[in-house]
Amino acid sequence: MEVNWLVILDFIPQLLKGAQVTVHITVVGLLGGVVLGAIAGLMRAYGNVLVNSIAFVYIEVIRGTPIVVQVMFLYFALPVLASIRIDPMTTAIMAIVINAGAYIAEIVRGAVLSISKGLTEAGLAIGLPRWKVIVYIVGPLAFRRLIPPMGNQFIVSLKDTSLFIVIGVGELTRTGQEIMAANFRAVEIWSAVAVMYLIMTGLLSLGLRIIEKRMRIL
Amino acid sequence: MSDTIIEFRNVSKHFGSLKVLDEVDLNIYKGEVIVLVGPSGSGKSTLLRCINGLEKITGGDLIVNGRSVLGGNDVTREIRQEAGMVFQQFNLFPQMTALQNVAFGPQQVRGLSRREARALAEELLDKVGLAEKANHEPAELSGGQQQRVAIARALAIKPKVMLFDEPTSALDPELKQEVLNVMRDLAAEGMTMVVVTHEMNFAKQVGTRLIFMEHGTIAVDGNPIEVIDHPPNQRMMEFLQRVE
Repeated sequence: MEVNWLVILDFIPQLLKGAQVTVHITVVGLLGGVVLGAIAGLMRAYGNVLVNSIAFVYIEVIRGTPIVVQVMFLYFALPVLASIRIDPMTTAIMAIVINAGAYIAEIVRGAVLSISKGLTEAGLAIGLPRWKVIVYIVGPLAFRRLIPPMGNQFIVSLKDTSLFIVIGVGELTRTGQEIMAANFRAVEIWSAVAVMYLIMTGLLSLGLRIIEKRMRIL
Repeated sequence: MSDTIIEFRNVSKHFGSLKVLDEVDLNIYKGEVIVLVGPSGSGKSTLLRCINGLEKITGGDLIVNGRSVLGGNDVTREIRQEAGMVFQQFNLFPQMTALQNVAFGPQQVRGLSRREARALAEELLDKVGLAEKANHEPAELSGGQQQRVAIARALAIKPKVMLFDEPTSALDPELKQEVLNVMRDLAAEGMTMVVVTHEMNFAKQVGTRLIFMEHGTIAVDGNPIEVIDHPPNQRMMEFLQRVE
């Protein structure tokens, strides 16, 4: 079969719909992942032994297993174990929340611990309660250091959504696969899919770079 | 007799199995300028940091302005508001201007309004000779200027005692003096001060009492001029030869 790039045009609407699903999973999943990761990261940085251990186990279990296995577990094993059945879309979002959360937790912990202990002591020494030291002094400084590694994780998570092909979520990769299965235009379709991922990750990095530029790292 | 403001009663501090303070008894009275000296690892910084609870004592009791440091978080916070601290590394908040650094404490801790806190901060920056640097960030200031802002920040919460942890050790020789001058003025106003330092001239000129620490205990406690000119023991004599 000859390569004919014009074929792509016919499938752009369908691919865009897939990309839309990818964006949806990524955005909702990362919103949850940031919240979960911030909580787990702060538990690691400031928690007592018990609180710290809970966060530690969560992070290690998630970082130590492949995301595909996590998705399979959520979708196929959880119904057996707990008789909870969740639809593929919800499973996909949950997987991103849980998976990104673990990595973001380590990013948050690292950023918080990179802030000099002396600043915390200076805050405590003027009589501030610890939470105010975290919110007003350590937090704003850690936030700036958090952005570059966080951006990296956002891009990883966006691409990880392609794995949800295994549970039949109609995201971009799955859409590409379906089109390909019908017309065998592998070169054209996979090129188009790759370019669409590049556009999404490119926009994401661009946005992050703008935020980074506006905030000086102190 | 003058009033006691800080009272160490048989205070010990362990880091794991290491004993850093060994059953220290010490009374500090209002208006005193105590100079704490000693070799590194002798426990002088730890002694200072126990006063405002940055280190928790592991034995005995320590009373600051009538409250025990063992009284829990709320009491510790109250004690910290009565005992301002100046650090070797300045530790100014880098995201805030000099003025904001100074105004932050009174606003957050003493409940002053934004305007009152700013007015107080301006007054204190003027006192340490940095009124014109109010809107500069710490990174734009010299070490000596940063340390003077840090002193203003500590003063802004209206403490009854000022604790100085090697305030000039991180400074170039020509910048030490401007910080020592501010401390001298403070002492002249009658502020109670506890100063960990290696500046023997400052000790002689400003100190009312010198404490030489060794192995977590107070080895010498006396008039600075007397004990520096006539060290009562061999260890202190050796120490003085090394710092001078």
